[in-house]
Amino acid sequence: MNSENIISSDGPLSAVQQRMLRRVLQAMIPPSEVHQVPGADDPTIVAAILMAGAQQLPLLTPALDALHTYIETSNDSAGQDRAAESQDLAVEWFREQHPEIAGLLMALTIQCYYRDDRVMASLDMEPRPPFPQGYEVSDGDWSLLDPVRARGPIYRPTNNS
Amino acid sequence: MVESRVDKQADEQVDVLIIGAGASGAAAAWNLAETKMRIVCLEQGEWMNPSDYPSTTRDFEARSFGEFSISPNNRGRITDYPINDDHSPIKIANFNGVGGGTILYAGHYPRFHPSDFRVRSLDGVADDWPIDYETLAPFYDQDDQITGVSGLVGDPAYPAHPPKNSLMPPLPLGRAGETVARGFNARGWHWWPSDSAIATQPYEGRDRCINLGACLSGCAQGAKASTDITYWPAAIRAGVELRTRCRVSAVTVDDNDRATGAIYFDADGVRQHIRAEVVVLAMNGVGTPRILLNSTSQRFPNGLANSSGLVGRNLMFHPYASISGVFEEAQDGYRGPIDCLWSQEFYETRDEHDFLRGYTFEMTRGRGAVMTALGGMASGRIPWGAAHHDAYRALHNRITGMVAICEDLPEAHNTVTLDPHLKDSDGVPSPRIDYTLSENSRNMLDHAVARATDVLRAAGAVDVLSESPLAVGGWHLMGTARMGTDPETSVVNEWGRSHDVKNLFIVDGSVFVTSAGVNPTRTISALALYITDSMKQRLANLFD
Repeated sequence: MNSENIISSDGPLSAVQQRMLRRVLQAMIPPSEVHQVPGADDPTIVAAILMAGAQQLPLLTPALDALHTYIETSNDSAGQDRAAESQDLAVEWFREQHPEIAGLLMALTIQCYYRDDRVMASLDMEPRPPFPQGYEVSDGDWSLLDPVRARGPIYRPTNNS
Repeated sequence: MVESRVDKQADEQVDVLIIGAGASGAAAAWNLAETKMRIVCLEQGEWMNPSDYPSTTRDFEARSFGEFSISPNNRGRITDYPINDDHSPIKIANFNGVGGGTILYAGHYPRFHPSDFRVRSLDGVADDWPIDYETLAPFYDQDDQITGVSGLVGDPAYPAHPPKNSLMPPLPLGRAGETVARGFNARGWHWWPSDSAIATQPYEGRDRCINLGACLSGCAQGAKASTDITYWPAAIRAGVELRTRCRVSAVTVDDNDRATGAIYFDADGVRQHIRAEVVVLAMNGVGTPRILLNSTSQRFPNGLANSSGLVGRNLMFHPYASISGVFEEAQDGYRGPIDCLWSQEFYETRDEHDFLRGYTFEMTRGRGAVMTALGGMASGRIPWGAAHHDAYRALHNRITGMVAICEDLPEAHNTVTLDPHLKDSDGVPSPRIDYTLSENSRNMLDHAVARATDVLRAAGAVDVLSESPLAVGGWHLMGTARMGTDPETSVVNEWGRSHDVKNLFIVDGSVFVTSAGVNPTRTISALALYITDSMKQRLANLFD
């Protein structure tokens, strides 16, 4: 299954809007072979973003349409051989022209990306909620308090203390 | 008169009506229960189910921005009321439900110091409280027993007498605590394990902390002492009736200036009236003045209990600064409670400072993966593109630091009023906040950021992140119905009774005269116990 299928069957985005969304997400967090993590345009992560951001989609879609128009216009003027470069620049244009939408999309993306099993595994995190297992935290070295104790009281006396 | 606005009156009559089931309402209900009077508490929120708390799900960090946000305006539950805080650099944080703000608080549980009750005498600013530390000390002790406080005896920032005992061992230092402690030691500055309302061993039916790290969105383990699992079960067993989804809009009065009860909207939005011999307000420093100001009548055209004109004035927050270091070595990250240690090195006034009073540093242990990424991207430290992953990993589990919680001095122009346009879902006017950060607070915040940076650098931080003031830091709501002996300069007397309405009491943070430089919940609870104990001692002549 690819992301287009997921989005097309379940979501309100048009095919063009889906393509624009994936382009922005891929530019935000691309996949990494070194860290063995997917990009934010991974189908599972995209589906999670759309689910988490369902209420915000009406804000997002006009900006994605504008991005598509910008790319089309750039391609017409630059020629197909420079399309890839134009599309990189297009994402920069998107961030500059729609900073609030870019910020919203970034927040949604981060919330979904960093709870993906593959990403958590790459960060040596167990893919589970905190409860009920919890976590271990070391008790620490309490001898660090020795100099504080040695210094003595620091409170401010009043007439009654 | 207010009563003339009641559409539907019930015949119900109770002895004591408590409005609000948070920290103060819970303590008041528990303490009054032994009188065997008929006590009813109305709470606009609901009981919380710990199995619904975000830490039980994978998207726990995301949920803390939505349904469990500290901002009622972001949260937008049906049980919340909107607040116009557009005119304040510090935004309101609260929670409406059984347990109130203790559902989402960190559990930092410091006491005030003796000096905090004597600010005018010691430093020539603000006012002294009409009570002192020694008056509250036994009620701090009583609250400690119910709440279950962990910590370490012997903090040199507090007097040895009366003793401040600890019932459980302190929370673990962990790697992050050791790091920050070394920084303070390098500077020769005070630090000590925090007093915390988090159980470190089984306590009164609550299990110990298992380091979920999500204290600020409710403790699924039940280790954190929210009053829905501490005071309330005991109070209900003792006969107190707690009704949820009951939103009070006004306190009613008779022609003799006595409170007669309250108007409220039930879960179906039906307007009701409950009659009471005694009314106790426990809604917090914004909720209480809101309801008093909405309780107008011919006799009280400017709001109930407001002959001084001080209801809603002198709003105090604690201006916060957040200062975090980035370390090359792994810290605790997403594991463990936020609470760990505090420093009160700069708690008191010093000649060399350009501000009066002082602040506490409270360590904030670490951040989850989402918060790390959001903060890093917002500050530009984590870029878009191929460099994202390495930049993120330089911050993941490598951030620790502290907040500075600064004493806010009372200023009459910092106010809670009724917004002329904004209303809650029952049509009750919402509060409007007008607040200006004082020069004293700004100087204090700047000092705190500089000193915290010193500590973190000394501890080995390779980068320091700070935000000051912390915009989302309006947790502590105080001073809007202050206590005092003079009816012209205070709203309630030295034991919490309204000067104007002899059977109306206020037990929440509204009665604070000054804010101190520490979290207020332990003092709110102790005050509620003290005030209700004073009521019990005076039952025969309570209204004289």
